[in-house]
Amino acid sequence: MADITLEHITKRYGDGYEAVKDLNLEIADGEFMILVGPSGCGKSTALRMVAGLEDISDGQLKIGGELVNDRAPKDRDIAMVFQNYALYPHMTVRENMGFALKLAKTPQAEIDRKVNEVAQVLDLEQHLERKPANLSGGQRQRVAMGRAIVRDPKAFLMDEPLSNLDAKLRVQMRTEISRLQQQLGTTMIYVTHDQTEALTLGDRIAVMRSGVLQQVGSPGELYANPTNLFVAGFVGSPSMNFLPGELADGVVKLPIGDVRLSDEARQDLEGGGGPAKGRQVIAGMRPEHFEDSGLVHDPPSGVKFPVTIDVLESMGSEYYAYFNVESGRVASQELDELAQDSGVGEIPHAGSRTQVVARLDAASTVKQGEPGELWYDSSRLQLFDPESGRSLLTHSKVD
Amino acid sequence: MKRSPREITGWSAAIAIVVIASLIPIVWIISLSFKDPSTIADGSFLPTKWTWTNYSGIFKQSLFTDALRNSIGIALIATLISVVLACFAAYAIARLDFPGKRLILVFALAIAMFPPISIVGPLYNMWRNIGLYDTWPGLIIPYMTFALPLAIFTLSAFFREIPWELEQAAQVDGATPFQAFFKVIAPLAAPGVFTTAILVFLFCWNDFVFAVSLTSTSKAETVPAAIASFPGASQFTAPIGSIAAAAVVVTIPIIVIVLLFQRRIVAGLTAGAVKG
Repeated sequence: MADITLEHITKRYGDGYEAVKDLNLEIADGEFMILVGPSGCGKSTALRMVAGLEDISDGQLKIGGELVNDRAPKDRDIAMVFQNYALYPHMTVRENMGFALKLAKTPQAEIDRKVNEVAQVLDLEQHLERKPANLSGGQRQRVAMGRAIVRDPKAFLMDEPLSNLDAKLRVQMRTEISRLQQQLGTTMIYVTHDQTEALTLGDRIAVMRSGVLQQVGSPGELYANPTNLFVAGFVGSPSMNFLPGELADGVVKLPIGDVRLSDEARQDLEGGGGPAKGRQVIAGMRPEHFEDSGLVHDPPSGVKFPVTIDVLESMGSEYYAYFNVESGRVASQELDELAQDSGVGEIPHAGSRTQVVARLDAASTVKQGEPGELWYDSSRLQLFDPESGRSLLTHSKVD
Repeated sequence: MKRSPREITGWSAAIAIVVIASLIPIVWIISLSFKDPSTIADGSFLPTKWTWTNYSGIFKQSLFTDALRNSIGIALIATLISVVLACFAAYAIARLDFPGKRLILVFALAIAMFPPISIVGPLYNMWRNIGLYDTWPGLIIPYMTFALPLAIFTLSAFFREIPWELEQAAQVDGATPFQAFFKVIAPLAAPGVFTTAILVFLFCWNDFVFAVSLTSTSKAETVPAAIASFPGASQFTAPIGSIAAAAVVVTIPIIVIVLLFQRRIVAGLTAGAVKG
């Protein structure tokens, strides 16, 4: 077990392309750190540099306080689970799991003991003598995990270990991994492109975008205090709604109406300097901070506004209500990238209208295609600078 | 996909024609090898008088037994060296990015396409001058020239099929690059190595041009060259029976090898390595 420190880590390829730019990250001993971001953001490259499978162009990598930049993977005492598992097809499950120990010249009796122990934890006992080709996807995945666990390494590195499983199995294994990590208490770096996986698993999450670290924090922090539009849009499902707005006297003028700013928000805006009044902003509103106004009594703060619900999706426990507001398009490079990554970018926009998603209680009485009234909790409003994409608020409350 | 009965009949007929056409010469030479010298030119497809004398005859001639020894030795050594060297080269080509990689492949291909007969003349002179004429190395070296490109090509195709992650997994598991190669990559590449070895062996075993030009005595003469110089029973009889018997004898090892290893050649050992 050990802590892992990345100091100014950069990966530059021969053609000058930088896959990872000046990455600084401290992962504490026993911490579960998630690297998350859209494909091509450099998260896998960062992980592979920690593993030693990619050279580090610049910066220092320390595992357990020791500089390991120039150490071969075998000398770093880390275990890695690959996206496609990379099981040795010519070996049985037992041989696969014991391979690392055998290379380390561990006595055979000790290897057998450890493999049996881990096989029991992972429920692989009856498959030990089989070859990977004869296992199901989930079993192969567990063998890959077992191969890592058996070694009792300083850290686990996982490169999208669940992305090849079907949805149901993925949720099961997610819980399993979480349980294992708590049980073992080993430092773990986990790469995924799935923000749900990131939020549910990690102690801390590092969000990356085109090689640059955007924000590091606990799932709650990322959710409540995204530092920029990218993180705001990436974290949370359904994702945050963005509307163009204009600052006025203590309020933000939004297409849905004027929203009063909280005192903290006002302080932040004033502290940030610049003329608060008349300033163009992008407002970020989470779907779950909307509610059917009929269900909100004595709202502490908030704004009510009339809408016509276009589509109402029932999730059983809640509704997703989709409605359009008249507004100019929110233009931002970060949001365009997000949209492209999720495939939303290919859906044509209906002119000057912006679609908003609201998550409503199942008790809501709104009907599809009919006018209704919604309420928004304005204390949860996020404000971003349209040019830089940075958050204008510094201390929103953490749930 | 279901084929119609007409299609099945059509394909069966075509396959039958090809198989018969390629088997007739072989059956013919086997039949010749069992014919008594007096009936050798009788023109009947099957022997009218069966005999083993052709076989016992050739094994009594040191010309043939020496040639057999040379053939086996030269082909085995050339195959072994080519395959080992080609393994290293192909592995580097499949895995590493280095300047001139394409150039190496292009050159290898060009050499493989080179007509052997065109280098026989110069080689003959060179070998005589440096003392390689009529020696084992004198044949092994030109065989390797042509076998290596072939081997590098087939092997690099096989190496490329093996997921790179396997090797990385081995490295992370604590293997040195050599251990990763010998414990993980080599066992998986075994079918490819066998296939390549068989192809190279066939090439060396079947060669006639180099053997007949660069050897002259039983020191290094291989079977194909030796058969050509079989003496008849008398000056005026062609040794057709002996030639047929010798041809059958040298064909047997090839058939045995291919039958033994065809399953290994065909089997894809990599199944199950990654999510399939």
